[in-house]
Amino acid sequence: MKVGVLALQGDFREHRISLEKLGADVTEVRLPGHLDGLSGLILPGGESTAIGKLMVDYDLVEPIRNFAKDNAIWGTCAGAILLAKDVGSSQPLLALMDITIQRNAFGRQIDSFTVGLPVPFLEPSQPDYQLTFIRGPIITEVYGSAKPLMNLPDDRIIASQQGRLLATSFHPELTEDLRFHRYFLELAQSSHAN
Amino acid sequence: MKQEVPEFGVKKGLAEMLKGGVIMDVVNADQAKIAEDAGAVAVMALERVPADIRADGGIARMSDPELVLQIMEAVSIPVMAKCRIGHFVEAQILESLGVDFIDESEVLTPADEAFHIYKHPFKVPFVCGCRNLGEALRRIAEGAAMMRTKGEPGTGDVVEAVRHARSVYGQIRHLQSLPDAEVMTFAKDNQAPYELCLQVRELGKLPVVNFAAGGIATPADAALMMQLGVDGIFVGSGIFKSGDPSKRAEAIVKATTHYNEPAILAEISRNLGEAMVGRSAVQLPEDEKMATRGW
Repeated sequence: MKVGVLALQGDFREHRISLEKLGADVTEVRLPGHLDGLSGLILPGGESTAIGKLMVDYDLVEPIRNFAKDNAIWGTCAGAILLAKDVGSSQPLLALMDITIQRNAFGRQIDSFTVGLPVPFLEPSQPDYQLTFIRGPIITEVYGSAKPLMNLPDDRIIASQQGRLLATSFHPELTEDLRFHRYFLELAQSSHAN
Repeated sequence: MKQEVPEFGVKKGLAEMLKGGVIMDVVNADQAKIAEDAGAVAVMALERVPADIRADGGIARMSDPELVLQIMEAVSIPVMAKCRIGHFVEAQILESLGVDFIDESEVLTPADEAFHIYKHPFKVPFVCGCRNLGEALRRIAEGAAMMRTKGEPGTGDVVEAVRHARSVYGQIRHLQSLPDAEVMTFAKDNQAPYELCLQVRELGKLPVVNFAAGGIATPADAALMMQLGVDGIFVGSGIFKSGDPSKRAEAIVKATTHYNEPAILAEISRNLGEAMVGRSAVQLPEDEKMATRGW
């Protein structure tokens, strides 16, 4: 199966490595034509303002919105911000998911952290997933057809799914744990089957 | 909630997020906004860009905390700030302000000629300069979570950045070719920690992100450094000492993304106005070279 990683800026190489370990054929997407023939796209971690600006400059916003109609998209951290309809500022967004996001919600870099949490929806569901938050966002509101997928113990939402769209505040690509990438490839596979 | 003290992976992780991006020197909140709007992934807050530090002479120190705080207030992207080599109290002060990264920088006047800062105990990550693999691995052993080639800051001359990047990546390729029996001698000859030499040989790259810095003034310079293998770009004087900072900043950001596409590089290099004037790094008198500060 062919999937893409948006490679304008950020840790796209780490996503690529995780996907290739699972046997996927990975394309780096920098221009609209690179989306051809893909059934899924990952929006990596990075700086959402920089990635958003480059998406506008290279005419990627509408092609990715169209791509989302039939395919899977997963955004990690900055990528999740780009998927949200509202982030409380006027930066460029794809605005594909019915979620509201607060950027840098835990504070600055000195407040970045890791935490282990259960992942009952992943296969296998044990052990806990080690989540890395780096100047991470939280999902403050989930409405419409979006559903909360994971919460911190204090109930703040850190992952959401809307059909084949997936947003996570954290960075599975920085770990050796491939369960989230396998979950995404299954979403992409389901779009491929239709 | 089990919340751990950010360990090395979390420090390194921020550098991973900056990859493929451009970090820009700014001296006030207005410049920081221009940098953010142009697509910078982070800004370096300082009182004078390296070209002015060269021109003014005297002792260059950590910036006024008030200036750093104003810049942190102005932008949503990470804010870095510089402390002098070995000046761990300047680093403590910057950490207490909440800056996202500290650059222990040869651009400022060194405070200690024998010892760099021991960086492991800090929660805030550090970036340090290097001219070769041994220097990079010594800084990483001290706790640096990100490296950058030193280049020759404030010159607008890319030649030293190229020399340092070629040196680091050439030595990595050489190390990869060595049999087990020869790694210890490599470590000794390069004054590099043995365990890190083994790790680099295994990975085929540095264990932390490595950006280019020191003399990058044009989109072509940025793309050149990216094609040589660096993970991203620092631009110091090159943007706000040029004729049209906003346009040049945007162009260098685009060049860092599309570094392998000559036709796109040609397009974004058009009509950028005056580049910074610059001076030859090779002809600098020895006592004006910044890259030789630190060890």
